[in-house]
Amino acid sequence: MNGNKKAAAPATASAAGTTGPQPPLLEVADLVTHYQVRRGVTERLTRAPQLWVHAVDGVSFRLARGEMMALVGESGCGKTTTAQTILGMVKPTSGAVRLNGTDIGGLSERQLRPLRRTVQMIYQDPYESLDPRFRVRESVEEPMLVHGIAGSRAEREATAVDVLERVGLSPARMYLDRFPHELSGGQRQRVAIAAALVLGPGLLLADEPVSMLDVSVRAGVLSLLDTLRGDGDMGILMITHDLSTAARFADRIAVMYLGRIVECGPSAEVVRNPQHPYTKALLSVVPKRDPRERTVPQILTGETPNPISVPSGCRFHPRCPVAEERCRQEDPQLRLPAAATSPAHQAACLLV
Amino acid sequence: MSLLEVSGLHVWFDPPHAAEVHAVQGVSFALDPGERFGLVGESGCGKTTTVLALMGLLPPNASAAGEVLINGQNILAGGEDSVQAYRWKDVAMVFQGAMNALNPVKKIGWQIAEPMAFHGVAQGAAARKRAGELLEMVGIPAAAGDRYPHEFSGGMRQRAAIAMALACEPKILLADEPTTALDVMVQAQILELLTGLSRDLGLALVLVTHDLPVVAQVCERAAVMYAGEIVEAGPTEALYHNPRHPYTRLLFAATPDLYGHDAVISIPGAPPRLDGELTGCPFRPRCDVPLDRCRDEDPELRLVEVGHRAACHRNDLVGAS
Repeated sequence: MNGNKKAAAPATASAAGTTGPQPPLLEVADLVTHYQVRRGVTERLTRAPQLWVHAVDGVSFRLARGEMMALVGESGCGKTTTAQTILGMVKPTSGAVRLNGTDIGGLSERQLRPLRRTVQMIYQDPYESLDPRFRVRESVEEPMLVHGIAGSRAEREATAVDVLERVGLSPARMYLDRFPHELSGGQRQRVAIAAALVLGPGLLLADEPVSMLDVSVRAGVLSLLDTLRGDGDMGILMITHDLSTAARFADRIAVMYLGRIVECGPSAEVVRNPQHPYTKALLSVVPKRDPRERTVPQILTGETPNPISVPSGCRFHPRCPVAEERCRQEDPQLRLPAAATSPAHQAACLLV
Repeated sequence: MSLLEVSGLHVWFDPPHAAEVHAVQGVSFALDPGERFGLVGESGCGKTTTVLALMGLLPPNASAAGEVLINGQNILAGGEDSVQAYRWKDVAMVFQGAMNALNPVKKIGWQIAEPMAFHGVAQGAAARKRAGELLEMVGIPAAAGDRYPHEFSGGMRQRAAIAMALACEPKILLADEPTTALDVMVQAQILELLTGLSRDLGLALVLVTHDLPVVAQVCERAAVMYAGEIVEAGPTEALYHNPRHPYTRLLFAATPDLYGHDAVISIPGAPPRLDGELTGCPFRPRCDVPLDRCRDEDPELRLVEVGHRAACHRNDLVGAS
């Protein structure tokens, strides 16, 4: 099976084929992605200033091979824009996204193409992401045709069968000729994962991979992702709003707020020893399974501010329960908190 | 006598060119004022159909049997004619995705005042004043009634939808997945609002959700539904600490917990189709501890301890706990 995977993935192998210390699978360095706000006729005529949406505003992190990292935050925090920038779908305003050491920012569409094979994405809703008129076979084989690594029909089918078995759709031949409507939600998401795996990616981006699935099958899909990164050198970046899932399945958690990572570290450390007031509040409102563990949730008032007008100083200060005067002026950077119990723990708060 | 008593509720759909689908098969539960009750289950288990039946809002191809008693009166007895008198005035509902169902071209305040006029609760200026009060009650300044839905955030629109449901001072509020599309922080705000309303107004709350931890945090009692039936019902504490149906136990085991150490395991298989005759226990194909008799005998929902019922043959075994 390993041989087969390699045959389908020469790009991953060659990109990492440098001597010396291997560059990390993914390195995001001071990434900034701003969107221009469209101006209407009135704004143009009155020469109103151009406004920008600060979707991602200085994000840095690394992802190693075989690692699963969760990007956690509320809607509008920039986690999806971060993923789209890594995919090369959105051009960054500044900063770099390096895949196996190659900065994808300076590459043309043509140069990006082989790299796209190494980064694949799984979307939230398998009811939308699969073409309803494609049989499973077609959905899984299409990426091979697109990237011109198709081979003969028999070879394609063999690869499809192999990959379907890997995602737990077994016996694969039973599923090959089915349509999405004949599959359950969990099975559909497995097909979507198979279609992503067929190119042998080194990096898998999973955007809320289970939030549309029934509770009883979520664990199966998450365990599958866990197995996939475990038995290869594939890294997984999972985007989720669900801290419980992140805590259980990811090695590391990065909490985003308004375009920045405000806290990151090993999952257990972030969940059990949170330092940033936003992380603490977020953790306090996660409902627990045990009714006896009803805690008083620390509910923040209001909602995440508009990323067009980011607050001065620490961007969390208007909602922060412990903010001080200096938090209005000084913009905190990520650093090792005094109370950290792991050297990999970082928080962007002036008070920790 | 309970405020709301549902007994032996059956709902079946008669789709054209297909077999009848038995979506709800004999559901019974009761509710007192101020009580918060959870109805949990996977998609297709019949939880939404159950609450739609309580509102008399089933689609035309559906039929219902059984009793829904509000203060002892069967509201389903006379079809639409009898249920109309109770709908919104006694039992109101926040629909799934209600926050996305507001009319985009009408002001929020107007949308809350309109049903009051329709139901003869208040008219004109009085209705507008009451709409303002309702908005304040759900944590929105009354002046915001002059704004349009697009000016509201998701959380605020959901609050407005709750205010709308409260317009005719109902005694029972049915909330169908009220926080599903919301962020955790906003979810916490809405759950706090619903809990507060039930406490302060004595509102009986039926919370329909697939999210067990939400029910665990908000409700005192809950019923777990599977394939159109209630398979276990009781205090939420008992459901978590002493589940008496394998489905409840497995559902909790499939739900990751923030501080949980145990492995999160999915339940193999899928719920059965409801358009044919089912023999035996509907959960048997997915059960991890089936007995021989589960194949032929459908277990009845029986009392296993005070206030705790479960439909599993294992509870009949000597020494079962």
